[in-house]
Amino acid sequence: MILKIIAIILGVLIIGLAVYALHAKKLTVAILGAGAVSLLASVMYLLLAAPDVAMTEAAIGSGLSTIIFFYVLNKIRKQNG
Amino acid sequence: MVKNLHILLVLIGLGAIFYALTSDFESSDALSPVAERYATQGPDEVGAANLVTAVVVTYRGLDTLGEVTILFLSAAIVAFFLKVTNGNGGKRNFRPVSEILQTAAKVLTPAIFLLGIYVFINGHLTPGGGFQGGAIVASGLVLMLLARPDMKISHTVIHVVESISGFAFVFIGILGIFYAGGFLDNSLISLGTFGTLLSAGAIPIIYIFVGLKVGAELSNIVGHLQESQNEA
Repeated sequence: MILKIIAIILGVLIIGLAVYALHAKKLTVAILGAGAVSLLASVMYLLLAAPDVAMTEAAIGSGLSTIIFFYVLNKIRKQNG
Repeated sequence: MVKNLHILLVLIGLGAIFYALTSDFESSDALSPVAERYATQGPDEVGAANLVTAVVVTYRGLDTLGEVTILFLSAAIVAFFLKVTNGNGGKRNFRPVSEILQTAAKVLTPAIFLLGIYVFINGHLTPGGGFQGGAIVASGLVLMLLARPDMKISHTVIHVVESISGFAFVFIGILGIFYAGGFLDNSLISLGTFGTLLSAGAIPIIYIFVGLKVGAELSNIVGHLQESQNEA
């Protein structure tokens, strides 16, 4: 029961953060929002008894891809301005 | 107005598709026949305590080889496109890195590397494996790069590590054809005691190479992106 409540809270948070990332004014905030979605998704995978997938999501989804987005954003800004 | 109408139509369409998918969904209590075979025979046949690893490396080893190849291709494509535009090699004015980050990076980087290596060596016992361990190693490298942006990564070392581990992965797979049941069969080496570090035959060796290869490829992508920032 308590797991279901945690899962529902996580799901609501994930959707909320995803919408926030879509509507954020600053792109850096949007990237951080997308990274937080991945982090919460990895907790969700852990709740669903899939620790292998959770590790992949935490390391690649919220770690490396966030950094790569920042590198690309920095490069685009330099070329535009 | 028209744009919003289109978005609404797309959402309704997606909703209809997903409704059709989920309306007659029933969660089954029993495993599917293939999954049941893996779950009951896996520990005896493969000897890996982590059943996910048994499926990923042995039963579906060819798929893993394909995934590693795809990762290699994407790393190669990133390197290709970033290298072409990286001609003048202009200097970049670094923002001073905060002392907290520098000190934390010095303390944490070895621990992160160690955790990554632990994850891929123990892939057959605990959750995780080559891909996860490699990604953790690469994120340790990201922390190093954030703390010292002027650091140069040796691409030669990365290429050598990647080539050797890719070659070794396929070589162990081919050895399995001649000395065991087939391509990537792990009973090449004796299975050992269930649940110990030296068990599950060739799985730990294969996963060490997969981990090194994935770590090298992801580090290569991050390193190229870091260098491409130098461009004016």
